[in-house]
Amino acid sequence: MSEPTVSAAPPVPPGPIAEFWQHFRVNHGAVLGLFVIVALIFIALFAPFLAPHSPAEQFRDALLQPPPWAGGDDWRFLLGTDDVGRDILSRLIYGARVSLLVGCMVVTLSLAVGVVLGLTAGYFGGITETLIMRLMDILLVLPSLLLAIAIVAILGPGLGNAMIAIAVVVLPHYVRLTRAAVIGERSRDYVIASRVAGAGMFRQMFVNILPNCMAPLIVQATLGFSSAILDAAALGFLGLGAQPPTPEWGTMLADARQFIQRAWWVVSFPGFAILITVLAFNLMGDGLRDALDPRLKR
Amino acid sequence: MLGFLLRRLGLLLPTFLGVTLIAFALVHLIPGDPVEMLAGERGMDATRHAELMAQLGLDRPLWQQYFSYIGNVFQGDLGRSLVTREPVLRDFMILFPATVELSACAMLFAMTLGLPAGVLAAVRRGTFVDHTVMGVSLTGYSMPIFWWALLLILLFSVNLGWTPVSGRISVMFWIEPVTGFLLIDTLLAGDTDAFWSALHHLLLPAIVLGTIPLAVIARMTRSAMMEVVREDYIRMARAKGLSPLRVVNIHALRNALIPVVTVIGLQVGVLLAGAILTETIFAWPGVGKWLVDSIQRRDYPSVQGGILLVATTVMVVNLIVDVLYGLINPRIRHAR
Repeated sequence: MSEPTVSAAPPVPPGPIAEFWQHFRVNHGAVLGLFVIVALIFIALFAPFLAPHSPAEQFRDALLQPPPWAGGDDWRFLLGTDDVGRDILSRLIYGARVSLLVGCMVVTLSLAVGVVLGLTAGYFGGITETLIMRLMDILLVLPSLLLAIAIVAILGPGLGNAMIAIAVVVLPHYVRLTRAAVIGERSRDYVIASRVAGAGMFRQMFVNILPNCMAPLIVQATLGFSSAILDAAALGFLGLGAQPPTPEWGTMLADARQFIQRAWWVVSFPGFAILITVLAFNLMGDGLRDALDPRLKR
Repeated sequence: MLGFLLRRLGLLLPTFLGVTLIAFALVHLIPGDPVEMLAGERGMDATRHAELMAQLGLDRPLWQQYFSYIGNVFQGDLGRSLVTREPVLRDFMILFPATVELSACAMLFAMTLGLPAGVLAAVRRGTFVDHTVMGVSLTGYSMPIFWWALLLILLFSVNLGWTPVSGRISVMFWIEPVTGFLLIDTLLAGDTDAFWSALHHLLLPAIVLGTIPLAVIARMTRSAMMEVVREDYIRMARAKGLSPLRVVNIHALRNALIPVVTVIGLQVGVLLAGAILTETIFAWPGVGKWLVDSIQRRDYPSVQGGILLVATTVMVVNLIVDVLYGLINPRIRHAR
């Protein structure tokens, strides 16, 4: 009887990305969210090639034209036209650019500032920490939209100012998360070891500690996209965000409100676009949380 | 318990002062000064301008102005609205009950649907019911509520004609305000027609405002229930032969409710932010609409006072939630 041959090499452990993907793809909703987001990025990048018309072009012969599959007769406008004869589909396609831009800018801004403040608070502790965290508490007791409106009132309405306002509003979440993670890491052996080895303050904060705090921040950043897009649309709807004729979804809804009794299509599609986008980011954020957060890993 | 309460109150004061600082800064950061705003389109010559600045105390150093502002705030003087010429606090108090009534009904709606849905999803974990509840609640959580409001108006008001589009009560009723809550005042007046009218007006805004809290409550209840169901005492209760209904509703839900209560409390800020949009769409005469109108009319004393009052409301509710949390969960109280 011969000995069964044992393969010499032990199974190779999957790399971090492969391992992450294994956990991520189990969640079908998250994969769907990722798919929608990739599609949205594609649409935003290639808007000039995908959109049948310019978002600002006014077809004076086709005002408030219903979609051709719902009572309309003009196949030039697949989702109908608005009150000045602009193609809704084209405006939605260009609107994806605005919304993704808002998400990117707000998340980048709040993540950068939030991480630095959180790292500072968590690493130094003491009076620095108290000052930063009290300031964040103050921002947290103001309802998010109210604070955003107040900031826009100071800076003046407009898309850029709306993005700054939203970034300030979501800042406390990043600061708190980073600080909590940093406090968890601060007294670990590897941090103490590198201090003994002579690592400087900045090296400790940004090279040694920060990479180990990234998981919750990545999740929060993904969810931050959805809340940024939602808040920007709300500000646009109140007339405080992007100004007409920018094809921003919230602003489109604000313009469309007065036609709610006559033209359902001008009201329905922009909101649907917001919902799909926000839902996709929320789905992906949930999936990322399950895949990245070791405490929740099965 | 008293120590716990005092510690919490002590934490509140610096936050409150911080909010006054923000509210104060707001008016001083806005381009243009209040006197120019008072003058409006007509303009004003330089001597009159300086005179008025001195009269309003605006020529003093900023720190002096801040301290006199703080002094006024603690005496309940939040300034006068530039539009109504009434004290800001008075304007706010007239509108506040409308917002509270709307928010309370929205929360009631969110809880009556969210709690059972969350429990059901947890008990039927991994089934079609669970997936449906989670899918619907994630959709609700992602909903742009101003669009949701328009959709509901389109369906129920425009197409079906079941509910009115805006306002708090039909113009044909006049109800003497006693509590400020129309649902209660109409009943006090014994006018059932007016009560039904008020209820009809309240329905859509409450559903719209309650949607996001509903989603949050359902998700939170589900995850809290799933934690609790794994505990030993639940297995024990099952082993004793108690009916599944009793185990879920009496044994498990009680402990699962602890985190849920906190989440419900934290939704107050969300509700007030949502009220800004909901009230604007439904022309609901509450604090949210008033704030948006004040900003659009550049009525800065109202904006300043409104921000301070709304923030104070959130702080007070957070304090109450904290205390309640300490009451129902002794572990928290003694840990600190």
